[in-house]
Amino acid sequence: MRNSGLLSGGAELTTVPKAGQPGDAADKIAAGLIRGSAFIAIASLVLIFVFIGKEALPVLTSPEVKEEAGLSQLFLPQQNRAGDTTEFNWQPISDTPKYSLLPLFVGTLKVTVIAVLIAIPLAVAAALYTSEFAPSWVREVIKPCIEILAGIPSVVVGFFCLMVIASWLQAAFGWTFRLNAVTAGIGLSLAVIPIVYTVCEDAFSSVPHAFREGSIAMGASAWQTASRVVLPAAMPGVLAACILGFGRAIGETMIVLMASGNAAVISWSPADSVRTFSATIAAELGELVQGSPHYHVLFFIGAFLFVLTFIINLAGRWWVGRLQKKLQGAS
Amino acid sequence: MAAKLEVAANHQSYTRSIPGIRTEGLRVSYAGQAVLKGITLEAHQGEILSIIGPAGAGKTTYLRCLNRMLDMDPDWKISGSVLLHDQPVYAREIPVATLRRKVGMVFSVPITLPMSIYENLTFGMTMTRNGRNDRAAKIERALRQAYLWDEVKDRMQEPAGNLSGGQQQRLCLARALTLEPAVLLLDEPCSGLDPISTRRIEEALQQLKDSLTIVLVTNNVKQAARASDRTAFFLFGELIEVQDTEILFTTPGKKETADYISGRFG
Amino acid sequence: MHAMHTGKFSRADFTGGTLRGLTGFACVIIIAIVAVIVGNIVYHGIGNLSWEFLSEPPRKHFTEGGIFPAIFGTAALVILMTIAVIPLGVATAIYMHEYASKRSRVVHLVRLAIQNLAGVPAIVFGLFGVGFFIEFVGRGLDRGLYGGALVYGQPAILWAALTMALLTLPTVVVATEEALRAIPQGYREVAYSLGATKWQMIRKVVLPQAAGGILTGGILAVSRGSGEVAPVMFTGAAYALPDLPSRLNDQFMELGYHVYVMSTQAFDVEATKPALYSTVLVLLLLTFSLNFTAIMIRARIRRRLRNGR
Repeated sequence: MRNSGLLSGGAELTTVPKAGQPGDAADKIAAGLIRGSAFIAIASLVLIFVFIGKEALPVLTSPEVKEEAGLSQLFLPQQNRAGDTTEFNWQPISDTPKYSLLPLFVGTLKVTVIAVLIAIPLAVAAALYTSEFAPSWVREVIKPCIEILAGIPSVVVGFFCLMVIASWLQAAFGWTFRLNAVTAGIGLSLAVIPIVYTVCEDAFSSVPHAFREGSIAMGASAWQTASRVVLPAAMPGVLAACILGFGRAIGETMIVLMASGNAAVISWSPADSVRTFSATIAAELGELVQGSPHYHVLFFIGAFLFVLTFIINLAGRWWVGRLQKKLQGAS
Repeated sequence: MAAKLEVAANHQSYTRSIPGIRTEGLRVSYAGQAVLKGITLEAHQGEILSIIGPAGAGKTTYLRCLNRMLDMDPDWKISGSVLLHDQPVYAREIPVATLRRKVGMVFSVPITLPMSIYENLTFGMTMTRNGRNDRAAKIERALRQAYLWDEVKDRMQEPAGNLSGGQQQRLCLARALTLEPAVLLLDEPCSGLDPISTRRIEEALQQLKDSLTIVLVTNNVKQAARASDRTAFFLFGELIEVQDTEILFTTPGKKETADYISGRFG
Repeated sequence: MHAMHTGKFSRADFTGGTLRGLTGFACVIIIAIVAVIVGNIVYHGIGNLSWEFLSEPPRKHFTEGGIFPAIFGTAALVILMTIAVIPLGVATAIYMHEYASKRSRVVHLVRLAIQNLAGVPAIVFGLFGVGFFIEFVGRGLDRGLYGGALVYGQPAILWAALTMALLTLPTVVVATEEALRAIPQGYREVAYSLGATKWQMIRKVVLPQAAGGILTGGILAVSRGSGEVAPVMFTGAAYALPDLPSRLNDQFMELGYHVYVMSTQAFDVEATKPALYSTVLVLLLLTFSLNFTAIMIRARIRRRLRNGR
């Protein structure tokens, strides 16, 4: 089976010209296209950071903008027209535009707190039940339910709030404002529940069975195991879930736009209408004049939301990663 | 020149004088850690060179230098030279893809591509401008060389995953052979295979060695003893000794070799 | 089992029962919420749903007729978005996984940034769309190509699609990378050892294997693209347009945006209620079926991996 072609393999090797192979040109073109596309995509994402930051910066640096909407106007109380009291007002469209962020901050806080107070206990409890107590048929029902809830577009949730929940609440409590912080908060909680549930359920599932078995072997019941062993072990994951849920609530726009009443007032009553940061951007983006102080303030708010949610996500994921490491080391 | 060599009288003497693949002063490091510390070793046409040594000795790394598989990860640093038929393998002018067809490889785990048996065998050929008419003939020849033809000739369209472990490994062997390589590198090809499949592969290699240069890395000392003509012993990235297999296993030159062979460590 | 401790019903059991009951009740509440929402929408929306509703344009201020332009607009938006996002997203993932060095810090940072971009609010993307695409690029194009006339420096389906593409880019990249990671390294080594160039290896082994995951990512991107309203509110969506969009700088009607405007600004809420509910139902069905398809594909892929096909 001597093949003289193989013996002369050496000679073949050097006489083959470099670009003669069928794959080579295609390889170079493909590599170029792939690198180029990746570069464009990554550059675009970086561009978002840069551009929003750039357009927010004049609030801090440009003298014209600072006169009308500098940091002091944004955060400190301003003299009202009569000159007798100081107040916080958000009224960018008026003869004397006012840009105090405090009403928006209070509004965001109210709505987010309500949403989180509803969503977190529900979601954590449901996740605990699903992973520790539930018979398998319940598991088969609740997981798809959560997926469905997660898949409902936020405009639909907002619609439901506006149409149905607002009317129910009005009928039950007779508040002055049909659209207020509670309505929006309830709607927002619907958007927060899926993410808190999912992260919690993942966290509970990653607690190794050995933990549970050890606990039961010492005579503990299922609920004792759940509350004294599983929950503490998965705590970083639960905290991460709460943080991620909080981040989701802060950034959500459509639900609050449709259900919160959009009134930028400072009030601690949950039954009053509110305006959040995200809804403000959405509500006023259409009336922008490029380069005006209003424009830059909206970008300032946008940059704030961007940075805040980005950091929240980083923290949440980092915590989840720590949980995985902790549990993997133990199992 | 090829013709003159072919009519040389003595099988032994002429095959020794045809270099197959060799390395000179090959040094390899990964992320700053030295893995191979200067290996000068030669494998000839017409013989099976086996490489033995404990885990971590650098055997697999050595093999992967020969067909430039280390190129995949830019963190490998290589110096020294690798020569195939006296041509430097790492030269700029050599297209890597062509080199890898001349230097075939069989891995330690039978990795069949998730395709049919036929597609596995033609995979290498689809990337060259080889005429399609040749393919059937080449496939049959490769399968016969791997002692697999009778078992799969009627099953060519089945997924390769349907075959048993030993059959899959022979398929991998045949797959490499379809490209008619000059050198065949095998990295612990029989680990995890049953004794019968192991013997089939060893028999196939015996039949192939006349026309190819075969380098066989193995963890199984007994396999090296029965299946190879010369054996090289690696330890901690160094070549301790290389010798005709019979001599190495009966009267090894170095103490480390004797210790490893007799099982005092490994 | 705990009855073995004490002969009678102890306080511990009561707490245990309560905990079990409370957490179970939480599950019930959630299931009930989903049922109520979906039920309410289906109940009020299904009456109006018909082939005419889906295929005809609206009449008499949306109290009659259908929502065909909104469906068309949504579809056009999503198609443009997909053309942009799939090649870019897949190429980015392939670059990061197959071409870049595994130990590169830059790649690690980029991957981190992409994963966390998914949590950034959609309205911020809308803000970027208006500020960058419309004001900066659009006006720039107008000045350069049209001498200042208002052609691209205004809301347009092109800008909305690009904004949406940026929003969904992380989804596609993450899904593709996941698919690439699932491919055993051995396949790549085998391909190389048989003389494949990098692109041949990607084309013949990697892409066919990753196709399922890429498809999943694409479908999830499309689902998000058809449901999110904030990014398109000011970048191109409009409420009552006489014509369908035919050029890249046209505005378009969109299902989600339509729901938003109709529910907050229509002057005769009672009369438009049926149409509104039906529109919501259509949007819901669309996103559900897309998500469902993606989940099914993903489940099939996982099953195949487990069986070691």
